[in-house]
Amino acid sequence: MKRFGGGEADPPAAKWDLKLYVAGQTAKSLQAFANLKRICEEHLAGEYRIEVIDLLKNPQLAKGDQILALPTLVRKLPEPVRKIIGDLSNTERVLVGLDLKARTSKAGS
Amino acid sequence: MRRHQFNTRKSENNCLPKCPTGIRGLDEITFGGLPRGRPTLVCGAAGCGKTLLGMEFLVRGAKEFDEPGVCLSFEETAEELAANVASLGFDVASLVAANKLAIDHVYLERSLIEEAGEYDLEALFVRLGHAVDSIGAKRVLLDSIEALFAGLENEAVLRSELRRLFRFLKERGLTAMVTGERGQNGLTRHGLEEYISDCVIVLDHRVTETVLTRRLRVVKYRGSTHGTNEYPFLIEDHGISVLPVTSVDLKHSASLDRVSTGVPALDEMLGGKGYFRGSSVLVSGTAGTGKTSLSAHFVDAACARGQRCVFFSFEESADQIVRNLRSIGIDLRRWVDKGLLQFHAARPTTFGLEMHLVKIHRIVSEFAPSIAVLDPVTGLLHAGTALETNSMLLRLIDSLKEKQITALMTTLTGSSEAAEQSHVDISSMVDAWLLLRDIESGGERNRGIYILKARGIAHSNQIREFLLTSRGVELRDVYLGEAGLLTGSARVTQEARDRSAALAARQEAESKHLVIEHKRKVLEAQIAALQLDLATAEQEARNLIAQDELSLRKQEQDRSEMARSRSASTGPPEAGAKSAKARGGRQ
Repeated sequence: MKRFGGGEADPPAAKWDLKLYVAGQTAKSLQAFANLKRICEEHLAGEYRIEVIDLLKNPQLAKGDQILALPTLVRKLPEPVRKIIGDLSNTERVLVGLDLKARTSKAGS
Repeated sequence: MRRHQFNTRKSENNCLPKCPTGIRGLDEITFGGLPRGRPTLVCGAAGCGKTLLGMEFLVRGAKEFDEPGVCLSFEETAEELAANVASLGFDVASLVAANKLAIDHVYLERSLIEEAGEYDLEALFVRLGHAVDSIGAKRVLLDSIEALFAGLENEAVLRSELRRLFRFLKERGLTAMVTGERGQNGLTRHGLEEYISDCVIVLDHRVTETVLTRRLRVVKYRGSTHGTNEYPFLIEDHGISVLPVTSVDLKHSASLDRVSTGVPALDEMLGGKGYFRGSSVLVSGTAGTGKTSLSAHFVDAACARGQRCVFFSFEESADQIVRNLRSIGIDLRRWVDKGLLQFHAARPTTFGLEMHLVKIHRIVSEFAPSIAVLDPVTGLLHAGTALETNSMLLRLIDSLKEKQITALMTTLTGSSEAAEQSHVDISSMVDAWLLLRDIESGGERNRGIYILKARGIAHSNQIREFLLTSRGVELRDVYLGEAGLLTGSARVTQEARDRSAALAARQEAESKHLVIEHKRKVLEAQIAALQLDLATAEQEARNLIAQDELSLRKQEQDRSEMARSRSASTGPPEAGAKSAKARGGRQ
């Protein structure tokens, strides 16, 4: 389990708590992490925390979050829990999935 | 992994290894169970029992074959599943606690999932693999994997992943059961049969005349023979029971042992020994001809020999039967108390024919009786059509024969005239057929019994009168005389008449005998008298002769004395003799 701090310091309870489930260092999982990191930096700088969970190492963790497809991004916080599956290459859909699209459009207007 | 490959290769060389499900009847239809190490598709409409079949497969595997199982449930939570199968007597919680069963509820809510880019279902494999490894599972249930089609947008990915999943199961050597909803065009809504082609089972349920019958059919079983028919199955409190409807082959062995009917005179009619063990006996007759009583005798005698009997009643309750039979001196209660006799009473219409059949099957398998009585089987006609009833009876008879259980069935016939005709169909199934009929004459109704057929037994062709007495059933020879067949009081009168006639004849003969004796005695007396007369006469005659001789000798003596005294000087005695001669010559 690796933790990636969003900002300089790792806040004890980040506003955005994200979990990325993967199975090993596959092309898709690396791609997904890179995409996620990029999107977070762009939209949630300093407000997020990403936890990468490798199911090959901790298979029992798949059950708790009802993980089926890989890679899966789970937004634990803010609630409600949302899930986004895929390598996160479709930024539009990731933003929609994270409820960022609506928010950014509101902020922009 | 290597070991599993080895297994697969081995299985290809030899005949297909099978995995017994433990589900009653299913293993018989599939000749041993599901293909081991391969997935089996179970499809059917909603509510036809797919999940229960799958759960029973897992539970029985864990309990009876020491093969732990994993259930990936896509529809119900573990708690829901456990509650559902608890009604079948399966304690899922304890199996889970004992690490013999693992249930993983896979939940997918499309509205909460955003698809952004490429993905696969690796996590499903991880979860399944983890569950399998954690308890060393040999069996897997995927129920129902089609839920994934509703949860995921990308069907192409899903299909390729499903293909991979079934390959994964095979590689791991897991015997899997995969359920799928019955589709409009194909066997399943999403064409799962495309991926699972080793064994496909279709479940179905139909309502005919308000009675629901569930059916199971093995559509396909690659590399193995299997029963191809639709087999009825039941979901009851002991799990699922599938009925191998028609016993495929007539292989039951025929016993030479005989079983007493419980009525000595009836045994006598059946070659002196009774029925064959393991044969099927039909007792038919009109209402109130004593069918149940005859059955009770059979049961009573068997219990007295220490054999177990089971009595299926479709008309009367157990208590009623026991009470009624007490009136003819048969106490069945004591056998019930001793555990030798079981009563099972149910109205024929309580449930469908198949349910009856399965119930009988189960009871017979569990209790292992020597004798089974079904009273009356005609009642079952109400639970199905005549055709269904007959096929069910045939199955029942077959299965009882296979177990060497002597079956006695009673049927109610309408009118006595058509008795032989009304059960033509049943008659060919049974080995012995006793017909009870009422004979009306002289203002009364009496019962007659005769043996219509008894395969392999030199049986009597006589009609006997059948009496229900306080000591049980008794058989009497009917009166066959000039007046025809007489029964009841007519027979009694005729017999009395016969007796008096016989008496008269005997008396007459006796008196004739006396006359002769008298005559003989008279004659003998006469003979004796005559003989006495004769003897007297003879004696008299002898006396006279003796007197004559005596007097003659006296005269002679006198003469010689006189001569001696007259002339001593006279000449020699010759002279005397001469003179005598001379005198004689003169005469």
